[in-house]
Amino acid sequence: MSIDLKTIKHISKLARISVDEQRAEKLAGDLNSIFDFIEKLNELKTDNVEPLTSIAETTLKLRSDEVKSKNIREQIIKNSPQDNEDYFVVPKVIE
Amino acid sequence: MSDITKQSLTELVENIKNKKLSSTDVTKAFIDRSEKSEELNAYITNDFTSAIDKAKKFDQKPNLDLKLPGIPMAVKDLFCTKNIKTTAGSKILNNFVPTYESTVTENIWNEGAILLGKLNCDEFAMGSSNETSFFGNVQNPIDKNLVPGGSSGGSASAVAGQLTPITIGTDTGGSIRQPASFTGIVGLKPTYGSCSRYGIVAFASSLDQAGPMAQNVKDCALLHEVISSYDPKDSTSINFKRNHFSKELTNNIKGKKIGIPKEYRVDGMPKEIEDLWQKGIQYIKDCGAETIDISLPYTSYALPTYYIVAPAEASSNLARYDGVKYGFRAKGENLIDMYEKTRSEGFGAEVQRRIMIGTYVLSSGYYDAYYLKAQKVRKLIKNDFDEAYKKVDAILTPSTPSSAFKIGEKTNDPVSMYLNDIFTVPVNLAGLPGVSIPAGHDSKGYPLGLQIIGKAFDEQNILNIAYAMEEKINFKNKITDWWIK
Repeated sequence: MSIDLKTIKHISKLARISVDEQRAEKLAGDLNSIFDFIEKLNELKTDNVEPLTSIAETTLKLRSDEVKSKNIREQIIKNSPQDNEDYFVVPKVIE
Repeated sequence: MSDITKQSLTELVENIKNKKLSSTDVTKAFIDRSEKSEELNAYITNDFTSAIDKAKKFDQKPNLDLKLPGIPMAVKDLFCTKNIKTTAGSKILNNFVPTYESTVTENIWNEGAILLGKLNCDEFAMGSSNETSFFGNVQNPIDKNLVPGGSSGGSASAVAGQLTPITIGTDTGGSIRQPASFTGIVGLKPTYGSCSRYGIVAFASSLDQAGPMAQNVKDCALLHEVISSYDPKDSTSINFKRNHFSKELTNNIKGKKIGIPKEYRVDGMPKEIEDLWQKGIQYIKDCGAETIDISLPYTSYALPTYYIVAPAEASSNLARYDGVKYGFRAKGENLIDMYEKTRSEGFGAEVQRRIMIGTYVLSSGYYDAYYLKAQKVRKLIKNDFDEAYKKVDAILTPSTPSSAFKIGEKTNDPVSMYLNDIFTVPVNLAGLPGVSIPAGHDSKGYPLGLQIIGKAFDEQNILNIAYAMEEKINFKNKITDWWIK
């Protein structure tokens, strides 16, 4: 199996990480060597194996839907890279 | 004052309780040494001024019933600390100040400890050498230009270098045990669900666990007792009766059965590691326990499984870093362009690599071939341990396939870097506890560790085995203070 530049571009779109040509080539090389190593799993027949989806053998617990943190808007907005005191601000999305 | 930083946590607690030392004395001593240790680059952020204030306040009205009375300590910068910058070693969180406290650190402050600062780590805990941190390499106190291991490299360096008496790290694939082994200290990765993940910057949620790192097993047991708690704020936190690990600690391990898994004898493993392992087996026997040869047939599939599961979970967890609500933001021509540039400029190379792997294995058409396959193999790996534990009480292995390596030695080859975690990763995949203890030195004088793996929730047992072995090994870390001018 080989991951080509087209695939790298596709993944980088999905991952929302912009990648220039030079980085794409480096990533293709790295990912190919990592996947060569991962392919070892294909030696195993796993048709009848149940996938392990949770390591903690516990069911998710329910709790009442209550607000525990109050009046923290200001604190939260404070961490925003750009704010107008009341909202998170993003580049314009509607013309 | 220099003697203070040489004391173990247990000694410091005793001296504070007996009023031979004040919290201010102890705090000042560790700050003084930390300030002289800048070259180690162990800290990302220090909180020394408030630490002294807190210590003075403690001394005015000392509560000596607490488990960590006025003990100063630094923590890995992956734990959110209220009103103190928390970066996860990343540019993307370089300006992030949490509005809440992680449960694990909350537990520590509730027992009287005082924060010294936040310790360097690989970016988002992704690395085995602390070389992926946005804030630069950490030096190993053992030798100049030697990696301290990772991802809890700053934590390991700070404990070994006596900048903090104890610390906490996180371990997703070996990030506590491998650096502990590289720096000659003790590190415990607890059972999954034992310590709350609330407020820890997430890497791979089905694998991440916080755990203690210390100079010796007893200190490690005491700190584990403080951090392990049931927490409704973590949906995978498990409610079980937790031991008083330090009080119940015993070196009597007579009659225990310890498994020696043949699959851990990997190709190309240096003879020094094999010799160390044999010595460990002898120590076990000297303690009156029995060793039994066992097989964990799927061991060699653990790393490939890990390199699907962990990046898949990481790609999902790190989707939140979009430059909108917190953290770094790059300028973009539109919203999508802003996201893409923010993530491209904000994440380092290793993190981007792992997000790309994770995105790929979860993407349409590849999910079954990779992710589902890995979950199935993960089940087989867990079954291996379940089978083994029908015959043995614990398992003894080397912690790492080599001693610490030089800075830059493995940065160009991701796979060779990943191989560092060959003995630690299976433990995370199976959700088990594992402790690394220093057990000897190689020919270069660098420390080597042995790992004791336990049954789920059987931390007390592996700590007891570690405690008994520690006494026999009588390890002395070779710290020359080379970095102090």
